[in-house]
Amino acid sequence: MEDMTPNPEISGHSARLEHSPHPEVAEPPGNSPRSGIPEPSGRSPRPEPAGPSGNPDHPGRFADSASSPGPGSSADSGLFEVPIRRTCPFDPPPGLAGLRAAEPVTRRVMPLDGTELWLVTSHDLVRRMLADPRWSSSVDGGLSPEQPLHMAEPEPGMFISMDAPEHARYRRMLTAHFTVQRMNRLRPRIEQIVAERLDAMERLPRPVDLVAEFALPIPSLVICELLGMPYEDRAEFQEAARTVVDMTTPPEQADAALARLGAHLAKLIAAKREEPDDALIGELIREGVLTDGELVHISILLLLAGHETTANMLGLGTLLLLHHPDQLALVREGAPGAADELLRYLSIVDLVIFRGAKEDLTLGGQEIEAGQFGLASLAAANRDPALCEDPDRLDVTRPKTAHVALGFGPHQCLGQNLARLELEIAFQALLRRFPGLRAAVPLEEVRVRENAAIHGLHSLPVTW
Amino acid sequence: MSTVEPVDVAGGTAVTVNRESCCGAGQCALAAPAVFTQSEEDGLVVLLDPNPPADLREAVRRAQSHCPTRSITVR
Repeated sequence: MEDMTPNPEISGHSARLEHSPHPEVAEPPGNSPRSGIPEPSGRSPRPEPAGPSGNPDHPGRFADSASSPGPGSSADSGLFEVPIRRTCPFDPPPGLAGLRAAEPVTRRVMPLDGTELWLVTSHDLVRRMLADPRWSSSVDGGLSPEQPLHMAEPEPGMFISMDAPEHARYRRMLTAHFTVQRMNRLRPRIEQIVAERLDAMERLPRPVDLVAEFALPIPSLVICELLGMPYEDRAEFQEAARTVVDMTTPPEQADAALARLGAHLAKLIAAKREEPDDALIGELIREGVLTDGELVHISILLLLAGHETTANMLGLGTLLLLHHPDQLALVREGAPGAADELLRYLSIVDLVIFRGAKEDLTLGGQEIEAGQFGLASLAAANRDPALCEDPDRLDVTRPKTAHVALGFGPHQCLGQNLARLELEIAFQALLRRFPGLRAAVPLEEVRVRENAAIHGLHSLPVTW
Repeated sequence: MSTVEPVDVAGGTAVTVNRESCCGAGQCALAAPAVFTQSEEDGLVVLLDPNPPADLREAVRRAQSHCPTRSITVR
């Protein structure tokens, strides 16, 4: 979430979680894209012209991940679509690398809502855009042609969609709760939670679904405890989070899921007003600055961020490590940079960080007009050869890179140090407890979450 | 909170931080914990050592480069 866990800014608002079933666009006649991007000829459905797709390190294709695109759309814009479909769950969509090399700020159209925007793919320019206060975060919509991306006033407390100075006002009430030191004090408790999940896995008949039994419950337990939310309610939190990040959820259903979650949280917050506890929401109540409405929105942001980001990193990250036994061994031995390298490599939150230009500006040589939209590809930036050597190689021993998997600028993930800690503890403990851990199904049968704003797996049957 | 002013030592490293723009991400405290930490009160950057020794220079540069709000200056 903008501001929480390993995800840069997941907006708690359905709007920003958008995505689409990305059909590929049919090139309309008479339109020729600019600059040096190689163009295919003809005008039928066409893939993004691009550099190498996929990664030779990763064998085969995955279930769901190479299914056929839907019908073309946005035929009247004359623009290519943003390539948003991963053909390998570990790698950015084919096409982004070519764009990054040829035209790192390029005019494209988003497949689902038809919005024309500036797609930014290089490490340097993504960082520039996300740190530039002339780009506003107050954008909404984007899920469907009926509700295309637009500038919008955020709800009170929805600071992920706010700009300075309002954004800083909320964020600064929370930063002290997520510092490196404070997260490190949670280490023993997280270790205990992880050990309990591993004990539970051991008691189950194999194969065990790693997503349901390990990847999802750990961040869920941690964020519920940190916020002071009852873990018994986790099913509701998890369901709401899944619904909202599912790109195929109709906007009205996503809004309804958020409204249900909000109503539930409002009740919890009312109870806490009577008797504030020592957890985060209780402390915010005791500080006495925020309204109930603000507290509800902040709770939604933190809960959604806490559920869908670390969980997907644990599931997809485990699968990635199973494909790289040498790297897996290093993680088991405690390679200190593993969490950041896995975050960089997988970039599970991608193509959902939208901005709107508040004034005319220039980025990467392109003249951008006030009111136009920008979209950062964190995955493309994280595989930029300008960021690190051999960026398409997973190397958990590399010195920490300046990756942007957690976003960049004032909205960079608020919960990033919680995420690092959870990932470090959980991966190591899992691989130590089950040295013979392996997938119980062939690669092709692993179910990838194809239509989610946050990349990950539906399930991962494992045995040991 | 007042900023700790670095002394410009010839050949040394002089660091300043901007708490106004800081967003409390903690990247600096991760990169160079002997030089930067986060306030227990507000989570924002606290400069522990405005003139870190030469062997920390690379870590300080990394902290600067990883800072999401570009709130660290190194001379």
